[in-house]
Amino acid sequence: MTKIKTHDLDLYYGNFLALKKVAIQIPDRNITAMIGPSGCGKSTLLRCINRMNDLIESVRIEGQVVIDNENILDPKTDLIALRRKVGMVFQRPNVFDLSILENLRFGLRIHKRMGTRSEVMELIELGLGHVGLWNDLKDRLKANARSLTLEQQQRLCIARVLILKPDIILLDEPCSALDPIATLKIEELLRVLRKDYTLVIVTHNMQQAARVSDYTGFMYLGELIEFGETNQIFTNPAVKMTENYISGQFG
Amino acid sequence: MTRESFIGHMKGLEKDIVGMSQMVVDATRRSVEALKTRNPDDAKKIIAADAKINTRRWEIEEKCVNLIARQQPVASDLREIISVLSIITELERMGDYAEGIAKIVLMIGDEPLVKPLVDIPRMCDKAIDMLKRSIEAFVRRDAATATAICAEDDEVDALYEQVQRELLCIMIENPKTISRATPLIWAAHNLERIADRVTNICERIVFLAGGTMRGLKISTY
Repeated sequence: MTKIKTHDLDLYYGNFLALKKVAIQIPDRNITAMIGPSGCGKSTLLRCINRMNDLIESVRIEGQVVIDNENILDPKTDLIALRRKVGMVFQRPNVFDLSILENLRFGLRIHKRMGTRSEVMELIELGLGHVGLWNDLKDRLKANARSLTLEQQQRLCIARVLILKPDIILLDEPCSALDPIATLKIEELLRVLRKDYTLVIVTHNMQQAARVSDYTGFMYLGELIEFGETNQIFTNPAVKMTENYISGQFG
Repeated sequence: MTRESFIGHMKGLEKDIVGMSQMVVDATRRSVEALKTRNPDDAKKIIAADAKINTRRWEIEEKCVNLIARQQPVASDLREIISVLSIITELERMGDYAEGIAKIVLMIGDEPLVKPLVDIPRMCDKAIDMLKRSIEAFVRRDAATATAICAEDDEVDALYEQVQRELLCIMIENPKTISRATPLIWAAHNLERIADRVTNICERIVFLAGGTMRGLKISTY
């Protein structure tokens, strides 16, 4: 079942056309990876899904981004609700200079999801449990989040997204600051999360896309060149340019 | 643990090999049973079932190709996938030999056998036993057992020679038996080939366990 659909999506940064008539259908409860050389528009496309591009003044968007049959580019869209439903994890773990507990409570507070203390603690336990941190951190929730390893910080960021109960998680190069072992651990976590969430990951690391995703989209100069099951893209791509890119002939 | 899903896929390949080898064991046993009873219905079922073995081989091969393309396996992971690719080819060919015996059953029809089958069922039992133990050795990555199984191929070769000799004598004595005796030699040949292919599997197990690529045939035949 399709969770996210774009239709004739054009995005301009000033006069520069960064996305050209992008039409993609991202399936529910799967991992979709977007690959392509730097500047191809993959992060721009990702940021359309939770309207993060709205924060850039010169941006103009045409077309549609439909999530659950609703065009989220509609000016009436409730952006707070959208960003609760569509969580995002960034390249570097962006933990706040606060305790682990406060990092997690922060999201709940700004989204007005604070319940009783025990309800909040239950959510926090679930969130940290889901990312495999509860056992390690339950006795030091008051420690500063920055004291954690980078991998733990990234897990914490994912937990912070999860406790808001999103449907979709966008990941923009989530492992680029991590070492190979930490990267593999995060990838394993993503494989677990895919059972309950729709994940879209942007990565410059083709091997990561191949390892972790169910579907892959290849973008070049703002266009979606090919989209398909990851098995097919990495064993028998339909478009020659995809093959040239994944086999390292350019990019 | 890292790469749990990859490890899951690799375990899956192991199960696939065990399952496919069981299909080959069944086909081989039933083909010789059908030869003993000259049951054309059973023979037709074995011929039809070979298509499933062939399909299984392509399915497993596709999994291997996807794993290579997506997981960039190295070291023992790579050796395992390469070994699996090789083993499924051997198993698929063994399935063809069993199918060949089933075709021989249809060829013979209800003509009486030139002699009671004694050594052919023994060849069958031995080849199946070697195959089963080789797959167990594959699961355990047991190079020593794999090497020992290779040496047992001589027993199957000796039985094959015995069958050939006996049937040749019968044909020399009474040339009218040639049309009924020759297919039995072919059946025995198929079983001999099955055992030979077990030795190829054993070579792959040695490669898998220790990374050494070498032939293990220490045959006196």
